[in-house]
Amino acid sequence: MNGRTDWTAHIVLGLGVLLFALPLWLVLVASTQDPAMIGRGELSLWPGGGFSVYATVLREGSPGVAPVWHLLLVSFGMAVGIAVGKILISVLSAYAIAFFRFPCRMLCFWTIFFTLMLPVEVRIIPTYAVMAGFGLINTFTGLTLPLIASATATLLFRQTFLAVPDELVEAARMDGAGPLRFLRDILLPVSAANVAALFVILFVYGWNQYLWPLLVATDSRLDTIVIGIVKMIGTGDTSIEWNRVMATAVLAMLPPVAVVVLMQHWFVKGLTEGDK
Amino acid sequence: MAGLVLRDIRKSFGSVPVLHGIDLELASGEMLVIVGASGCGKSTLLRLVAGLEEPTAGAIELDGRDVARLDPAERDIAMVFQNYALYPHMSVFDNMAYALKIRGLSKADIAARVRETGEMLGLGPLLDRKPRQLSGGQRQRVAMGRAIVRHPKLFLFDEPLSNLDATLRVTMRAEIKRLQRRMGVTSLYVTHDQVEAMTLGDRLLVLHKGRAVQLATPMEVFERPADTYVAGFIGAPAMNFLPGVLSHGGTAVTLDLGPVLVFADGRRAVADGTRLTIGIRPENIAADPDGLELQVDLLEPLGSETVVIGRLPNGELLSVKVPKAEAPTERMTIAFPAAHLHVFTAETGLRLDP
Amino acid sequence: MERRTIFAGWALPAAFVLPQLLLTIFFFLWPAGEAIYGSLTRQDAFGIKTQFVGFENFVDLFTDPLYVESAGRTVLFCAAVSFLSMGVALLLAVFADREIAGRGFYRTMLIWPYAVAPAVAAVVWLLLLHPQIGMIAHGLKAVGVDWDYKINGGQALLVVVLASAWKQVSYNFIFFLAGLQSIPRSVIEAARMDGARGWRRFRTILFPLLAPTTFFLLVVNLVYSAFDTFGTIQALTQGGPGKSTETLMVKVYRDGLVNQDLGGSSAQSVVLMLGIVALTVLQFRFVGRRNSS
Repeated sequence: MNGRTDWTAHIVLGLGVLLFALPLWLVLVASTQDPAMIGRGELSLWPGGGFSVYATVLREGSPGVAPVWHLLLVSFGMAVGIAVGKILISVLSAYAIAFFRFPCRMLCFWTIFFTLMLPVEVRIIPTYAVMAGFGLINTFTGLTLPLIASATATLLFRQTFLAVPDELVEAARMDGAGPLRFLRDILLPVSAANVAALFVILFVYGWNQYLWPLLVATDSRLDTIVIGIVKMIGTGDTSIEWNRVMATAVLAMLPPVAVVVLMQHWFVKGLTEGDK
Repeated sequence: MAGLVLRDIRKSFGSVPVLHGIDLELASGEMLVIVGASGCGKSTLLRLVAGLEEPTAGAIELDGRDVARLDPAERDIAMVFQNYALYPHMSVFDNMAYALKIRGLSKADIAARVRETGEMLGLGPLLDRKPRQLSGGQRQRVAMGRAIVRHPKLFLFDEPLSNLDATLRVTMRAEIKRLQRRMGVTSLYVTHDQVEAMTLGDRLLVLHKGRAVQLATPMEVFERPADTYVAGFIGAPAMNFLPGVLSHGGTAVTLDLGPVLVFADGRRAVADGTRLTIGIRPENIAADPDGLELQVDLLEPLGSETVVIGRLPNGELLSVKVPKAEAPTERMTIAFPAAHLHVFTAETGLRLDP
Repeated sequence: MERRTIFAGWALPAAFVLPQLLLTIFFFLWPAGEAIYGSLTRQDAFGIKTQFVGFENFVDLFTDPLYVESAGRTVLFCAAVSFLSMGVALLLAVFADREIAGRGFYRTMLIWPYAVAPAVAAVVWLLLLHPQIGMIAHGLKAVGVDWDYKINGGQALLVVVLASAWKQVSYNFIFFLAGLQSIPRSVIEAARMDGARGWRRFRTILFPLLAPTTFFLLVVNLVYSAFDTFGTIQALTQGGPGKSTETLMVKVYRDGLVNQDLGGSSAQSVVLMLGIVALTVLQFRFVGRRNSS
């Protein structure tokens, strides 16, 4: 305002940036240093020792944990699988509920809505039992499928679809478009920004899962990177190779952070307009 | 080209009746304007013809074929929407081509037809733009183009000019009229704007509370309104109404104000003493030194003319349109020329002719 | 809200909702039903006979001092995490909403931590606070603080609160900033004309208008700190030392999967479900009011 520099704002925001950037910097620095030195708490503030540790963890990982490239692969498969799967079935169910009238429509809606109140955390034990009954323990399907059902995404798409002007639908009908063609040619392109935003949110959601993979996949070949990292720390004693842990942490953060930063504009819009 | 026939069209939403039986016949190539206040059912009537709603009862015949239960896609009707409803993610070209693609026309045919229509509407240089890059008037043109390019049997217009500013509205109004004449396509045009209705329509259908109150040419509607509703709705400033009773053997009215006005067009065949409503348009009221006194309440200068809103001796408001030079400052005296009286039965509001 | 225009037919929409519905039934409703059933029954020691016991499991739960303690701890933990992360986020959002140079840069730098997994946030804080390797830990020891959260329960709780709150600031920041930006400029300009500035403008105009966002975030943060922090706690302290960082979520996991007490853990699951139902209902009632006004 009035062309004066707002120093208070710069100081507060600068401190805020440091609050997040500094720890990240330390993690990056620690990954390049000698594990024994870190173990003694003699961490320097500048990288030293080179970045060869990244090649090492990607290839070998740590004792008792799969190599990091494999962890990344599982995480990536899980995150993409969950994001794409959720978007697919949520678009279809939201389309059905918003654009048609069929028997038990509201029952379907409320059934889906109700699961909003049943996050995986509150029903881990019984869900685990059901999964065991289906023989899905220690399978990739078991890792992803139960997380694909989504009340949140369905509600979000329903809201988006309800906001599409009636005239647009009518114009398409006058032009001769049936329901499938309308979905493909008009509705999905018009909602592309929402789909993109939701993809970011769900990719991060899938990537960051911890409890569910911990339960359902005890086989180390299905370890995600988040699981792998917690395994590496174990109980946190000093014999840990901290540089490897930190390098793995950097690699674990990189993909979701990159997705969020690169798609920041869409992501923020999608997150705040959909409420949750 | 095709004619359109509506037979006793009725529509209810739940238990609420919206249209009470509309009959209508459009000659091929005719432009019919449906006009009425908001909530009169005019948009519903248009949507029934479009196939976006299904009538509760009645038949809709297009080219002699009953289409009332057909899907919009099967009727071969095009519609221009109030907010244009352009597909926001498609270019102007694709917006116009979409219906043709669905019909399975060849790429070359589509391109040729879209370009031809685009040229006709002056959209040639804009075909690659997205709707959001266009001005209001250009969007309006694209919406028209999308309808025209299909060569439909029937055009529907749902208040297409109401989102434009006043100047553009006048230009587009003329353009729509020219295009419609040139293409010769049977058209239904819905509006609440009486100027649009008067200038565009070959005939007008005035709707009031779901009933057709008058179907006639614009001039006839203006000169011989069928009831007090139409009389008050068409014409600006609105017609004045004065209460009175039929007297002198049906040849005159005695206004409650006192004066006796003798009808110029003859005797009304009902009993003396029947309550009447006499209508007279503000521009037809004459200054008369021996007439009634009008106390000036408000002056509304329109430029070359001035509308005088004044109070009659009994306190009722009356508007009079006078040339600018004759505008009074405090009072004027007026008379009601017999040739310009509209006579309505007070009880029903219907026109009462000799 | 309903659409005016719809398509005809029911076979297509039925086929479209089916996948979602099946997943919902198999992985949500059925397990939830099992949990409710399990919470009302008890198995004998050999797992052969199952017996209906009414609310006995719940009575046991609430008379178990360990459970009640854990519940109290969870409330404290959730309150601390929510207050801390929302407070910091609101402060940052208020300043990021100003017209200053480098706004875009600040925003990006404050938004990225949204993508950090709770368990990975734990690793970051390990590097700061771990008694042997932590930089801050060494600093604290140098000034004479006896810092070792592996032994000191209070310190352990502080560590998990800090790590959990740190990770959630971004989310809250995004919503507070959006909330601030949706306040009509004319309202703020009117306040300026009335002479309200600085803290007074924030307290009397901005904060009241942010109330819906704040309430929404409060619910989200309570749910986050109750459930999503499981990874953070597991990576940092595994609920220890002793039980000093054992929230209800950690307890369900320990009792159900580590100790295999199915009846008890079902009852615990049901209690958590009721908690989340209560929060959701509260939120939707509030959000509904916000939309209608």
